[in-house]
Amino acid sequence: MKSILIIALKEVQEGLRNRWVVAATALLATLALTLTFLGSAPTGNVGVEPLDIVIVSLSSLTIFLVPLIALLISHDALVGEVERGTMLLLLSYPLTRWQILLGKFIGHIAILAFATTIGYGLAAASLPLTGTSVNLGSLTAFAAMIGSSVVLGGVFVAIGYLISALSANRGSAAGVAIGVWLFFVLLFDMALLGVLVVDQGRVITASVLDAVLLFNPADVYRLLNLAGSGSVSMLAGMSGLADSSVLTAPALLAALAVWILLPLAFAGLAFSRREL
Amino acid sequence: MTSNVKLDAVVKRYGARVATDQFSLVLEEGETIALVGHNGAGKTTLIKLVLGLIRPDAGTICVLGSDPARGDAEVRRSLGYLPENVAFNLALTGRETLSFYARLKGESGGVVRDLLEHVGLGEAGGRRVGTYSKGMRQRLGLAQALIGKPRLLLLDEPTTGLDPALRQHFYEIVRALRDEGCTVLISSHALAEMEGYADRVVIMDQGRKIADGSIDDLRRIASMPSRIRLRTAPGELQQVETHLGLNGCHRRLSDTTIEVNLASSQKIQFIHHAAALEDQVLDIDVLPPSLDELYAHFLNGRAA
Repeated sequence: MKSILIIALKEVQEGLRNRWVVAATALLATLALTLTFLGSAPTGNVGVEPLDIVIVSLSSLTIFLVPLIALLISHDALVGEVERGTMLLLLSYPLTRWQILLGKFIGHIAILAFATTIGYGLAAASLPLTGTSVNLGSLTAFAAMIGSSVVLGGVFVAIGYLISALSANRGSAAGVAIGVWLFFVLLFDMALLGVLVVDQGRVITASVLDAVLLFNPADVYRLLNLAGSGSVSMLAGMSGLADSSVLTAPALLAALAVWILLPLAFAGLAFSRREL
Repeated sequence: MTSNVKLDAVVKRYGARVATDQFSLVLEEGETIALVGHNGAGKTTLIKLVLGLIRPDAGTICVLGSDPARGDAEVRRSLGYLPENVAFNLALTGRETLSFYARLKGESGGVVRDLLEHVGLGEAGGRRVGTYSKGMRQRLGLAQALIGKPRLLLLDEPTTGLDPALRQHFYEIVRALRDEGCTVLISSHALAEMEGYADRVVIMDQGRKIADGSIDDLRRIASMPSRIRLRTAPGELQQVETHLGLNGCHRRLSDTTIEVNLASSQKIQFIHHAAALEDQVLDIDVLPPSLDELYAHFLNGRAA
């Protein structure tokens, strides 16, 4: 356990030193603040909570950005160290490959959690500055959004490790990582939409759709946040989907947990078998 | 004496290529062993096998009383390793890097300061590794290998990038460790600098062990001629040659110096004769075959 923490701390230390933490936090904060101030302009006063608008826009932002940041910091984690020669030395120390993997995971999650909490937190904290009031319900939804964003990040960090453990070199790991990001964030939904339009509800019933959505962690996150509370789902245009879905928040969270554990387990197996 | 490392008929293949072939080796406590061979002879593979980073296809390995592939934490703690081309994260300072490795071995921060001083990085410890020269990185690599007073030290090409003064210092450190009972395995090309430090030399070629013994043992086995150099008084060269009965089996290096290659059986007699000519012969140097020459001899013997 101690070794895992030592690795995690080193990962955070390196993240701070090579400015990953600063860059990710600054990026998320800038975009979140922009969305907060510009985002409320077109809606005017529509009788919904201003923070709910922020949740909707930030969730959409998260689906694009957080997986990308997560893959960027994780795809290199194993193959990069192998290629630079630092892994060889590390493995001669009294620690197992699983400990290295878990230590890195905790470290990377800490970096992501810091970046999202500070970046998005700034946006929420600045809302009262514009003179709008924030109610408790929206605040809870906002906190849940930040929490689930970190979990979504965890999913893609785990997927990144799997890519990293299987890749022969850093270049191919980066290529596969971009491909995976494109697939889950853009292509999956577009393909699904296309199929739905053609199918006209004959084969793909509501329950089949639920099952299909579980195969994409980004969609699971979308359902969790945008279809969650009443006013948010109304705003997000997701209420139709949410009404027909039987997936509850705990089920969605469990799905995300599986999406973390499976890639992480496979990454650990692949890494353990890898010969250096 | 107890043996710290024991390899028995170890075979390791990478696809069709055989990296080590029926390799057996025993390393005793308090021994310094030079592992020499061409690039690709299997030296690094051997070290990785001893570290347990790769598993043998056949044969058994025992390191400090356990199978290294099991990754026994207690064994790993008493093991120091300096990889070939050691690499560190360039963004961290030398001290941060060393602290990280010390924590992994369960050592305190005091060790870090002492070790940095010990390898001459006391002042550079606060700077980023990215600003270090190759020699400084190598010294940082050595410092991490020395954490926790290892009982077994595996050094893969440790002196590349070190200037002569540092090399000397490096071997002093190694000698001090050996005197404390540490087994030191050094793989290297630079044979000349290891003379006087290595108790034993193991020569590897294409994954096989082709020679194993002390330098003196190897000299005896190789029975290579020693070179003897005579410096004569000016103008006396010709006379010395005739007097010693040299006929073509020698070389003139200059107007006053000749070099003769002699088998060890003839050596004493020749020196005796030469020493008798004390008016004409001013100086006699006996050069036993160097490690480099022995190495070449054994490798050529394999080819023949």
